[in-house]
Amino acid sequence: MSALPDISGFRHVPSRHWGRWLAVAVILVLLALLVRAFAQGQIEWDYVGRFLTAPAILQGLVNTIWMSIAAMALGIALGVGTAIMRMSPNPVLQGVAMGYTWLFRGTPVILQLLLWFNLALVFPRLGFGDWSFRTVDVVTPALAALLGLGINQGAYTSEVVRGGMLSVDTGQYEAAKAIGMTRLRALRRIVFPQAMRVIIPPLGNEFIGMVKLTSLASVIQFAEILHNAQNIYYANSRVIELLIVAGIWYLVVVSVLTPAQMLLERRFSRGAGGGR
Amino acid sequence: MSPLVSIVNVEKHFGSFHALKGVSLDVKAGEVLCIIGASGSGKTTLLRCVNQLVEPDAGAIWIDGELTGFRIQGQSLHKLPEAEIARQRLATGMVFQRFNLFPHMTALENIMEGPVQVQRRPKREVEAEARALLARVGLEAKADSYPANLSGGQQQRVAIARALCMRPKLMLFDEPTSALDPELVGDVLAAMKELARSGMTMIVVTHELGFAREVADRVVFMDHGAIVESGPADAVLGNPREARTQAFLSAVLS
Repeated sequence: MSALPDISGFRHVPSRHWGRWLAVAVILVLLALLVRAFAQGQIEWDYVGRFLTAPAILQGLVNTIWMSIAAMALGIALGVGTAIMRMSPNPVLQGVAMGYTWLFRGTPVILQLLLWFNLALVFPRLGFGDWSFRTVDVVTPALAALLGLGINQGAYTSEVVRGGMLSVDTGQYEAAKAIGMTRLRALRRIVFPQAMRVIIPPLGNEFIGMVKLTSLASVIQFAEILHNAQNIYYANSRVIELLIVAGIWYLVVVSVLTPAQMLLERRFSRGAGGGR
Repeated sequence: MSPLVSIVNVEKHFGSFHALKGVSLDVKAGEVLCIIGASGSGKTTLLRCVNQLVEPDAGAIWIDGELTGFRIQGQSLHKLPEAEIARQRLATGMVFQRFNLFPHMTALENIMEGPVQVQRRPKREVEAEARALLARVGLEAKADSYPANLSGGQQQRVAIARALCMRPKLMLFDEPTSALDPELVGDVLAAMKELARSGMTMIVVTHELGFAREVADRVVFMDHGAIVESGPADAVLGNPREARTQAFLSAVLS
């Protein structure tokens, strides 16, 4: 066998990633061209700055945020309830859950929003006997948007929640039963805390989707941010500037949600994996 | 004295598979009974019928004089509601082959979950008992560890403590050492032997013939959904009468 060279004192040289430097250069050039195009295009950027904090825009932002939260809360409540019904041994409950999911996943959200908003055409008055109201007074754009978005969301969330429940080992249900738990208590104490790890990432996705989905409620006159931006540009014709204003706010809201999701995920990763 | 557990003519089908063919068996208070047999012989199904994780198609099981799963009214049997079945399960503690600890809870929280949440016992008293049980299975230092950070043998001993903290009248073990690495089996068997010496009534489905010979008051051999032979451990394991028992034992011991 030949003697091997002594390399013990040699220096390690990391490989040079020439491709990466080339890619960075190309991207920077393209970015510069894009910025120049928009700077020279017919956009009055000072309008964007001025309307970013206009009262109507901020009011619209507030409405977008509370509607996203309220519709998502309704969606999660319905989704959890539907998932539990779907997983129940009772065939009637299973059927109701499947029917609900089928109906609301099978029709466009915008159609559902329009139906809720026009509920007065079907039921002119709501209530019992002497205690009743005109439907148009009760079903405001906000309520119609909440029902339309929330009930639709519930149908999707139920499948996310069911997926999370199915991800928990059947041995966990058996162990919970063996210490005397009923099905509902086992779900609450044992299954859901474990399912949350699987449920949260898609649910974060759905929440981000919901923030943007609220813009559909502009068609039923709900005063969310896009609706208010449109109202302003109908008056002053600064269409692109106001759309950019709305776009910036959507990006801000979604950017805040991402770290919030990471915090939640950390909260529910108790005992998972874990090195020794 | 009437037996603690009376299993009478229990039948179970899974689809076309006849898992239990009219099995009858009594277990006295304080007795340690080991059930042996090949996989598919029905021994695990029988054990799971005792705490109603499996519902028999026919026959009945009494625990401490109480019919499980049904209420007798006149000449008919009425299925009990879920909450009543959950209450009846408190009479039995169950240890699973795959431990089934709750992974989102520490060892201590696993043990305290049932007594605090289901039995509504005071938290402080339960915690003291849970720590004592952990010490009894040799794991007092692991109270705050999550199951993912425990070895299989440690997890199974926590599972035994979890079942004991419910103060059951009867302990059921479903192949408690089958999922363990060989070097971890000894600690779990030691915990079970200690439990047997303390007078606990135990039904143990196992492949550990050494454990059965040493600890069991009685050994039952099952094959194809029926009890083939039953008697004192020395007799069944040392000098089996039935050809099928002899064949099984020679296959296991060879």
